[in-house]
Amino acid sequence: MSEHTTSVANGRRFTGFVSIREQQHQGMITLRGDLHSDIVSKAIFEITGCAVPAQRCVERADTCAVAWMSPDELLIFCPYSSVANKEARLSRAVAEEFATVVNVSDARAVFDISGPAWRDALAKLCPVDFVALTEGEIRRTRAAQVAAAIWVSGPEDVRLVCFRSVSGYVFDLLCTAAAPGSEPALYG
Amino acid sequence: MLLLTCPCCGITAEETEFSPGGEAHLKRYGPGSTDDEYEAYMFQRKNPRGVHFERWRHSYGCGKWFLAARDTVTLEVFGTYPAQTTEPPADIVARIKLKRPEWEGYR
Amino acid sequence: MSHRLAQGGRLIDRSATVRFTFNGKHYSGFAGDTLAAGLLANDQTLLGRSFKYHRPRGVVASGAEEPNALVGLGKGDRFEPNQRATTTELFEGLVAESQNHWPSLEFDLLALNSLVPQFLTAGFYYKTFIQPRAFWKHVYEPIIRRSAGLGKAPSAKTRDPDRYEQIYAFCDVLIIGGGIAGLQAALTAAQAGVQVMLWEQAANWGGRAPVDGVFIDGKPADEWIKKTVETLEKMQNVRMRLRCMGAGIHDHGYVLGYERITDHTPESDAPRHRLWRLRAGQIITATGAIERPLSFAGNDVPGVMLASAMRDYLVNHAIAAGKNVVVVTNNDDAYRTAIALRKAGIGIPAVVDARTEVEGALVEEARRLGIRILAGKGIRKVIGHKQVKGVEICRIDSKGTAYTEKFDCDAVAMSGGWSPVVHLWSHCGGKLIWDDSRSFFRPDADRPPLGLDGSAFVLACGTANGDMGAVLAGAHQTSLAIARTHQPTASAPAPASDSVSDEAPMEPVWIMPRNAEYDLRMKMWLDFQNDVKVADVQLAAREGYQSVEHTKRYTTLGMATDQGKLSNINGLAVLSDALGQPVPVTGTTTFRPPYTPISLGAIAAEARGALFQHLRQTPLHDWHAANHAEWEPVGQWRRPYTYRNPGETRQQAVNREVKAARENVALLDASTLGKILVTGPDAGKFLDMLYTNMMSTLAPGKCRYGLMCNENGFLMDDGVVARIDAQSFLVHTTSGGADHVHAWMEDWLQCEWWDWKVHTVNLTEQFAQIAVVGPKARSLLERLGGMDLGKEALPFMEWRAGQLGGIDTRVFRISFSGELSFEIAVPASKGRAFWDRLLEEGRDLGVMPYGTEALHILRAEKGFIMIGDETDGTVIPQDLGLSWAISKKKSDFLGKRGMERVAMTDPLRWKLVGLETLDGSVLPHGALAVCSGKNANGQVRTEGRVTSTYFSETLGRGIAMGLVERGPERLGEELLFAGAGNTRIKVRIVDPVVYDKEGARQNV
Repeated sequence: MSEHTTSVANGRRFTGFVSIREQQHQGMITLRGDLHSDIVSKAIFEITGCAVPAQRCVERADTCAVAWMSPDELLIFCPYSSVANKEARLSRAVAEEFATVVNVSDARAVFDISGPAWRDALAKLCPVDFVALTEGEIRRTRAAQVAAAIWVSGPEDVRLVCFRSVSGYVFDLLCTAAAPGSEPALYG
Repeated sequence: MLLLTCPCCGITAEETEFSPGGEAHLKRYGPGSTDDEYEAYMFQRKNPRGVHFERWRHSYGCGKWFLAARDTVTLEVFGTYPAQTTEPPADIVARIKLKRPEWEGYR
Repeated sequence: MSHRLAQGGRLIDRSATVRFTFNGKHYSGFAGDTLAAGLLANDQTLLGRSFKYHRPRGVVASGAEEPNALVGLGKGDRFEPNQRATTTELFEGLVAESQNHWPSLEFDLLALNSLVPQFLTAGFYYKTFIQPRAFWKHVYEPIIRRSAGLGKAPSAKTRDPDRYEQIYAFCDVLIIGGGIAGLQAALTAAQAGVQVMLWEQAANWGGRAPVDGVFIDGKPADEWIKKTVETLEKMQNVRMRLRCMGAGIHDHGYVLGYERITDHTPESDAPRHRLWRLRAGQIITATGAIERPLSFAGNDVPGVMLASAMRDYLVNHAIAAGKNVVVVTNNDDAYRTAIALRKAGIGIPAVVDARTEVEGALVEEARRLGIRILAGKGIRKVIGHKQVKGVEICRIDSKGTAYTEKFDCDAVAMSGGWSPVVHLWSHCGGKLIWDDSRSFFRPDADRPPLGLDGSAFVLACGTANGDMGAVLAGAHQTSLAIARTHQPTASAPAPASDSVSDEAPMEPVWIMPRNAEYDLRMKMWLDFQNDVKVADVQLAAREGYQSVEHTKRYTTLGMATDQGKLSNINGLAVLSDALGQPVPVTGTTTFRPPYTPISLGAIAAEARGALFQHLRQTPLHDWHAANHAEWEPVGQWRRPYTYRNPGETRQQAVNREVKAARENVALLDASTLGKILVTGPDAGKFLDMLYTNMMSTLAPGKCRYGLMCNENGFLMDDGVVARIDAQSFLVHTTSGGADHVHAWMEDWLQCEWWDWKVHTVNLTEQFAQIAVVGPKARSLLERLGGMDLGKEALPFMEWRAGQLGGIDTRVFRISFSGELSFEIAVPASKGRAFWDRLLEEGRDLGVMPYGTEALHILRAEKGFIMIGDETDGTVIPQDLGLSWAISKKKSDFLGKRGMERVAMTDPLRWKLVGLETLDGSVLPHGALAVCSGKNANGQVRTEGRVTSTYFSETLGRGIAMGLVERGPERLGEELLFAGAGNTRIKVRIVDPVVYDKEGARQNV
């Protein structure tokens, strides 16, 4: 068995009119605190190489990305192997602040969705106007019956983050939405 | 189905992304309060035909609570504002008065 | 006879023959035909039997408004009843059958109902079947179900093999209806630069204009339609869908659209239906108008059709509904049908016109073609039963006692005027205004549906707005005004000019003849589908029904699947006349979505089978599934109830698991347990408010059991809090309560104590949590190595972090079983490895997993409460003997004030006790303790109820807990509990803790 059976979806892949792949071993750290504080932004920059993102945006640098989740919450993406180190360093760096740093890598699952028609697939699941969601932005919403965050990571790539326990459901949802022959040609 | 704009993350989303939380601007009455005060806090809710102030949580989004001023008949939304306020902001009150001159005001 | 003409048919492709069957008989039509057209082309005019009287029925209309031509479509898994033949596109191999006949369509025994027409008048069921009540279920209901009804439901064994989906979409302007008004509105909005969505329910653009002879810029409408569609298709800001019906308009611009993707190409692998969940800034309804029938005796005989429908079949499909067609009308439009039929070589014995003065361009053209026009006349009755054979004519103002003239004919085209399709306008509160000169309701632009910002968000244009002449200019104006709300400077080129021949005013005729006798009124159908006649509505009025909504329900007028699209106005006009008041005083019934029925498949979309709802799975789920787990739903989680080895009964499996935990060592997947990190300088103060007991005094490294109440004082959740460090606590909640408790915490932090410095993070899914339970638990864990788990190093109710078997863990020494017990949290990704390791290392110790039922028995033997069993939202901690967990030092906590209420301190409250049956049997779940006397409602008085009941393998008998009036004061007393039937079970009140009262076993 795998050392890192993080999610129910278990690294499965599917190719429909977009391709779907579970991104295993994605390190994720939640930071809660005052996002306008100098100490927080300095810590984030030193440890991830990213600036604190603007509202609903994602900053990237090298192997890390930092996503704005709420007015007092960031989600830091980093290599799974570096989570413990980064979590510890971040905690120390913001120790003087009212701020919280927690490893949530195993509590979340991440799907990479690729292909020019990704909007058409996600439009079947999320009540979101994807015209208004541009590259570098993240939108927290729902995918059918569960919470999901959708980060437009490239011109034809998005990442969907959901809770681990429902990742099997989400994978099946995405496969259904991307089934060949069901292209809605909405976003064109 | 309503559209609401979350003042905490700026997203306008449909009602299914939010959770309703009942009447806004309640004052909590805990130990030491009279039976009447406690009853009013727990059970006496406004149910106006018209302007109403409500609690909503952006539960599928940023997770934050906020407040909304809304007409319960026409469903017109006069505005949304952060939950960390004890009474409706002046600009929203002014907007309501402009649109509903007959409104008797908050409280 | 109904037949296909040698030439013409703008929608059909004569080179593409399509074969289909109806009631097993083979037919052929052409590509572009509907099923109705295909049947009419083959002179199959009898399509079904009516709802109550089983009268023969044929096609009346040509679109969504059709009340009669409903068929069962498809077979086997794809069978669907009540499908409209008029909107079903013909495809190769289509199989259809007629409905509601017994034994056959041609010969129906239940048509006897029709021979005694007084038999089923308005309110018949109410009046006839009211007594005796005992007959309702087993006598009356089967009779009514056999005789009244339409299609039969598909077999319960069938499974719909098709796919369905939903889609969320957004646009500035949605235009519903792709006739020329809708096309112009779309063009204007698109040229003005806004995002446009255009839906048309039919398979073709252009609507009625080509059939009605509309000219645009001096040319037949078809040319302009083709050009406009091509223009729109090329525009980046336009999305267009055919076969997509605007089903309903809802608040804040939310619109449901029903797209039928593969109904006409069933072999396709695309989804069958797609439900659009669209948000539009504004909506333009360009939904056209529907022609009304006329109410004359026998207006339901097959062969009587709407004049406009007859024209549709002629122009679009080259089908003539008869060889000799009598046209009956109260307006000029029907003359277009007469003229078109005459030009196609069909005999027109007469146009019967209710108006006494008949003049105008269309009338003149008819006269020039040699058509005889009878002014001031009406149809007295239709001759024929299964097919029109002729009509009798009388003066329009007469009683119709005798006819003045008689014509042989095989079809009748009727026109009672037009009604704008105002349904979608009305769905979200748009009001209507009565147009007296044209006798219809149209949208009142001064009282539109109001949207998010309080302004109008729906506008109507074209005939849907009551603009019965030229429509393009109006559609352009409406659309441009809307575009300017998005872009104030928006402009668009002027529209083409459309024209149609002038019409003289219509004259309302609600009953034909106007003073018809009862015998005739008994045969005038208003609602064809539900068999409601003029006489029924008049009877309802005489019986005191004044509200149109009440009359609708009493007579069932407009309550069929067509929702009264044809019958609505005629019915309420008849009611108004009977009540002696104008139509607008009577008003309309409520227009409710959907416009026409939509499939359940589209409503369910992906949410079926495995995707019906989201199931939450723990990191050990696959192991459980592979090891005979029987599942129990806990919230959205699935937890193993027990692991049932081959050959075991469920109870044997549970007993085995209990025994393992009591005697050896057993494992529980406790990953579903809520784990919420509460941290910050004010975390202790915050938890003191949330819990009834004191949490701020807990030392790091220690655990404390706590109770959470709501503001009523009612117990809401419980669990163990572990203090991580000076500022942090890990709060364990119940499995089902984690999300709620987290939300509850955030609510208080954000909305009440927003200046308190506390963060919460829900870490439930970050960890797999495994309870290692039993006398050999420590031995097992010591084999893994890495931590000192001895009694001194890790005492009861403390926790330590460290490594076990090389895996990072937090070990909590807490017990929900009364045994020596360790709950071990590891990162979710390591959960399976850790679990496997425990099973492997503990094999010789007899280690095995246990499920939720064994968990329940273990805790019940110890008298531990379970949220949801001992609590039900009305129970306070004091009821459960938990007063020790309520701080008396704290001045405030959530629920404290609620517990002070008189009812909460009532000495007669039901309180927790153990219950022991005298015969050792297991009490039924939820059983009530009965006592003498009756309560205020005359019911037997009760003094307690069972909250938990199990067979205890440990004690070899049934054990139970329950809430009993003054229970703890009555230890040793006997009670009577109600068993199955009228049996009574003798029970003794005992201490709830029936195993290891002093707690020695967990403290080793």
